[in-house]
Amino acid sequence: MHEPRAPIARRRMLQAGIGLAGGLALPRGLARPGFGLAEAMAQDLPAKLGTYPDGASGPSVFVGITTPLTGPYSADGKDAQLGYELAIAEINAGSAAVAKWGLSGKGVLGKEIKYAVADSETKPNVAVQAQTQFIQRNKAIMITGSVSSATAIALEELAQREKVLNMVGLSGSNDTTGKNCQRYGFRSQPSAYMACKALGPVVAKGLGHGRKAAYLVPDYSYGHSVFDSFVDAVKQYGWTTATQQVVPLGTSDFSSALLNIANSGADVFVNIAFGADSVASTKQADQFGVLKKMKLVVPNISSFQAKEVGAALMQGAYGTFDFWWTMQDQYPLAKDFVESFVAKHNYHPRWGAHIGYMQTLLWAASVERAKSFHPIAVIKTLEASKADPYTTSLGKVWYRAEDHQLVRPVPVVIGKAPGTMRNQDDFFDVLDVVPGEPLLPPIELTGCHMGTYS
Amino acid sequence: MPSLPLLLSQAFNGLALGSLLALVSSGLTIILGTLGVLNFAHGALFMLGAYAAYATLQVTDSFLLALLAGGGFMLLVGVLMERILVRLFYHRPPEDQILVTFGAGIVLVEAVRAVFGGNNQRVPVPGWGEGVTQLGFLIYPTYRLELIGIIALTLGVLWLVLYRTSIGLVVRAGIEDAGMVGILGINVRRTFLLVFALGVVAAGFAGMLYAPIVSVNPDMGGSFMVESFVVIVIGGLGSFPGAVAGGLIAGEIISITSAFDSAYSEVMLYAVMALLLVVRPQGLFGTEGRV
Repeated sequence: MHEPRAPIARRRMLQAGIGLAGGLALPRGLARPGFGLAEAMAQDLPAKLGTYPDGASGPSVFVGITTPLTGPYSADGKDAQLGYELAIAEINAGSAAVAKWGLSGKGVLGKEIKYAVADSETKPNVAVQAQTQFIQRNKAIMITGSVSSATAIALEELAQREKVLNMVGLSGSNDTTGKNCQRYGFRSQPSAYMACKALGPVVAKGLGHGRKAAYLVPDYSYGHSVFDSFVDAVKQYGWTTATQQVVPLGTSDFSSALLNIANSGADVFVNIAFGADSVASTKQADQFGVLKKMKLVVPNISSFQAKEVGAALMQGAYGTFDFWWTMQDQYPLAKDFVESFVAKHNYHPRWGAHIGYMQTLLWAASVERAKSFHPIAVIKTLEASKADPYTTSLGKVWYRAEDHQLVRPVPVVIGKAPGTMRNQDDFFDVLDVVPGEPLLPPIELTGCHMGTYS
Repeated sequence: MPSLPLLLSQAFNGLALGSLLALVSSGLTIILGTLGVLNFAHGALFMLGAYAAYATLQVTDSFLLALLAGGGFMLLVGVLMERILVRLFYHRPPEDQILVTFGAGIVLVEAVRAVFGGNNQRVPVPGWGEGVTQLGFLIYPTYRLELIGIIALTLGVLWLVLYRTSIGLVVRAGIEDAGMVGILGINVRRTFLLVFALGVVAAGFAGMLYAPIVSVNPDMGGSFMVESFVVIVIGGLGSFPGAVAGGLIAGEIISITSAFDSAYSEVMLYAVMALLLVVRPQGLFGTEGRV
């Protein structure tokens, strides 16, 4: 017996076809970069997206923070946590300092920021699990935090899937705004490319041309990123690679790698290890006589490296990072941040705290500019910031729409001699603060293909 | 192709790593051989020894005192652990024994984390170990050199106890056949206690010696746990000379491979173990057919 199937099948096909055509048309319309805010408001934003409007309907909004409180990167993670907490406390209080960043009143759009901090243990899957819970249980309207680039990339993917904005914590790998870039992720730390491009001319001037460099590289995205970018940046000065020693993240005994480096005939030791690994490898490098033979360059200096290694070993070492507290002399908003932090925690904030502070304030400022918590509205505001840069602790900064990299100055520093330190945190002289825009990689080189808005 | 001086340097460095592994693994192997218990808390005990040294050095400057105090502390831990926990599991199936020691290991790690925090702590190199020693073409940290000597001495003492004392004779007999030893009227329980405590002290002592080289943190025992299992498999389960030989071989494999490509050093170790399991499953010094 034949059922009358043909007419129903055809109807289904027509419905599917229309749905498909509509679906294909939608993202293209929204995917143009530099989408104006007014247009965004006029455009049909989906009413429900991610944790919006549930996460923003009450008197408070929730921010999910994961930082490593254990594992090799825990010192930077703890510092970052303090930065986040300071920013949130100041925003909720409506302090004079945050008003200078463009915020008004208490909280964000009048709503108090509630938050929780989970230990990511320097492991991406732990961070993803914790943030997933924040999104599902607490309806987090923004997720942030990470110190390892592997974690940052994993959280960006989570953010894109769940349609919740991710203000990336600490992450130096090029991939974070390169081949792993996401529509829902925004990164403020200088990428490896930017850091090395700023550092290159300075080390060439200070250490000379035609140097042979030995590299210690942690075996993951960040390590390879920094290696590639540094080699690229110093190639034009005739620098060559004597050896590249790749070690797993979390290595505690670097003796094999350091023996290879000591025997490589290099005259510069470029240490790309981060966090606890950077401390252990630098101390052991000294024990193996590497630092007597070679000059030290650390393209991305960890927050507490100088303190844990000691000024004697870091003396004369070149490097960069996101922020150093002596920059408060140059940037008034940095002064506010450093003073509040020192008053609260009795030490000068490192750049982990600065990233936590800055990313939270950039998010809050964007929400207030967009006058909405809707993720697409906030994203578009961030993407449109070139026309109206934010006023921050690093001066005027803006997000590049094509890859969501913050365009900001990069400080290049050198380690001070112990005798010249003015206080117990005075480890570095800032040699130069290099403007960010010329340091950006050309978009075609980043490998970034942005995801969709919804 | 790495140069000869480099290969020799790495081979020498392999001695330091290898002797450390030998000490940790000998503790593991005598526990396994005599008690039949696979002690998954061994890595945690290694870490506990490091923290014992760290804690003692907070009140005194003498590294020697730290070693003594730490050794005494680890002895106490070993005795308590055996009496309170492990003793109850001698007649249980191996899975239960593995689970309970694994759990004990986790408890120890988290307890240390709760007391000392998760961050790295520094144990300074003792005064007599500072600086570098010139060995021909090789510049080598003095402390690591002394480490090889100290461990050789410790292993020598352990060997003396096992092979030249009557207690050692009982222990070795127990490794061969614990049941028979009991039937002969010897207090096997006391022997078990001694062996377990000795194994724990060996692991803890290795941790104390290792502490000045690296940062001390609650998770530092993890890699040593795994590597010491590989070593006792290579050397032969339950064999003390096997643990020593296996440890030195493992140290050399890791170090010499890293002269060629440091990313493969661990891989090579596991590859060798796999090969050995195919060719000679009982390990280098193990007896065929025994667990």
